[in-house]
Amino acid sequence: MAHLNPTPVLEPGQDRTMILNMGPQHPSTHGVLRVLLEIDGENVVRIMPDIGFLHTGIEKTCEAKFYQQVVPLTDRIDYLCPMTNNLCYVLAVEKLLGLEIPPKAQWLRVLLNELTRINSHLVWLGTHAMDIGAMTVFLYCFREREEILRMFEMVSGQRMMTSYFRVGGIALEPPLGFFDRVRDFAGYFPEKVDEYENLLTGNPIWLMRTKGVATITKEDAIALGASGPTMRGSGVDFDLRRDMPYSSYEKFQFKVPVAQDGDVFARYACRVAELRESIGIVRQALDGMPEGPIKADAPKVVLPDREKMKTEMEALIYHFKIITEGFAVPAGEVYQAVESPRGEMGYYVVSDGTAKPYRVHMRAACLANLQTLPTMCEGRLLADVVAAIGSIDIVLGEIDR
Amino acid sequence: MALAPAVTDLESLKGHPALARLLAWNASAVQGAKFDRGEMTVFVEREHIRQACVLLRDDAVCGFNFLADVTCVDWHPAEPRFEVVYHLLSIPNKERLRLKVRLNSGSPAIESVTSVWPGANYFEREVFDLFGIRFNGHPYLRRMLMPEDWEGYPLRKDYPVEGYR
Repeated sequence: MAHLNPTPVLEPGQDRTMILNMGPQHPSTHGVLRVLLEIDGENVVRIMPDIGFLHTGIEKTCEAKFYQQVVPLTDRIDYLCPMTNNLCYVLAVEKLLGLEIPPKAQWLRVLLNELTRINSHLVWLGTHAMDIGAMTVFLYCFREREEILRMFEMVSGQRMMTSYFRVGGIALEPPLGFFDRVRDFAGYFPEKVDEYENLLTGNPIWLMRTKGVATITKEDAIALGASGPTMRGSGVDFDLRRDMPYSSYEKFQFKVPVAQDGDVFARYACRVAELRESIGIVRQALDGMPEGPIKADAPKVVLPDREKMKTEMEALIYHFKIITEGFAVPAGEVYQAVESPRGEMGYYVVSDGTAKPYRVHMRAACLANLQTLPTMCEGRLLADVVAAIGSIDIVLGEIDR
Repeated sequence: MALAPAVTDLESLKGHPALARLLAWNASAVQGAKFDRGEMTVFVEREHIRQACVLLRDDAVCGFNFLADVTCVDWHPAEPRFEVVYHLLSIPNKERLRLKVRLNSGSPAIESVTSVWPGANYFEREVFDLFGIRFNGHPYLRRMLMPEDWEGYPLRKDYPVEGYR
């Protein structure tokens, strides 16, 4: 019956403080985060995040699946940026295999990853603003997000759990009209970002709630393992897309927004600037989209086209073997990191030479970013905790896995 | 599929600055090294892991100032059974390094690196939670993802995927 008497993990330090339990069902904890607060009046003395409510054991499940069967699981880790997770995992396995990916597949991956980043940042902006009390922004953001989800549905058949990338390429050719639709979106989206900024950036209430609130220094951010906008908001000029490029990101021109203040507003400014940069990358990807195949030439790994299966004996055999036995991956280990909307998303994949991964570990950007919460909030007001949680953009699916 | 074979010869890898630095500091702390698929791995003796981390973090040339990840691999039933894996990142040099420590199955314990990078806190707690490896000197080594009263360590290879019923 031990579960009925959970051990208290935080004891009141002095007589005048009290313990406040925030979550796991609190609307502003973005999922199922529980935060234990020791408060002295309105001041936060200590803060301790408590996680694990969404633990699904994905890392263990991966070990029982074939390599290609892991792709749908990766969507479910961070449900706001499925394509980023797909990409990170397939890049890791491709590195293990030593596969060369055709340029068109790489560019499509970049295009979809930047749309995913916009999608994720829109959810963040909407919910973050709503936490602080600006309700309207939420509705505006979800209007544009809906359009992105429709594009995902068009290309992969799914709005959220896309599972669109495959080891060795991508699953299908994008349907007719997809690129036009993306081009339309890229055309009008910058105006929409102006709209969000009109509502927030100069808004005195927004500034009071975000400027100078929940600050973290550059040194602390690095020491605590923070990454992505949480780190760049503190003045660390580092972005994996530019500094350690993958999937031909080195061929795209974009700026990495950095802010120096390390407060909630700095992180907000970084992400909003990233929205504009991302749509720029989308436009470049559309303009320069190379022609050619979307799958690597590796019949033992990549499923053959349907047409080939109907006419070629070998293709049918390979298809049967990949589906029933998977494909063997040479023994070794790889750590592949990509810049997810939240920071450094890393996959550590260990192979023992069989068709199932020996170990898959996900380096969750949010898990490390969440560790900055005590540094940001201790000694500050209770209401700032909500702003701080929103500003580090956590997704509990990724934290708990 | 052109995969170059892994280089595991310590002599031929000596040119790597991080490995050279570690060897110059204490040659007995380095068990071996591996260069495979463009990634460098250094096997470090268990007793020296914290010092090695301090050295690599503070060294002006290496500058591995960012701890990206700590995790573990279970090689059950082989011995030494566990490999604790550290992924280091040098933000100024834009370079990665993997440190590995091998642990026996008896009662696996290792020194915590939370004093070097406070960010190791959650990563080490997760490894403790899912693999049962103790990190000596960790400020708050308790279960994190699993319930407090959970028995067993789910990510060990002798733990069934569907769990005990």
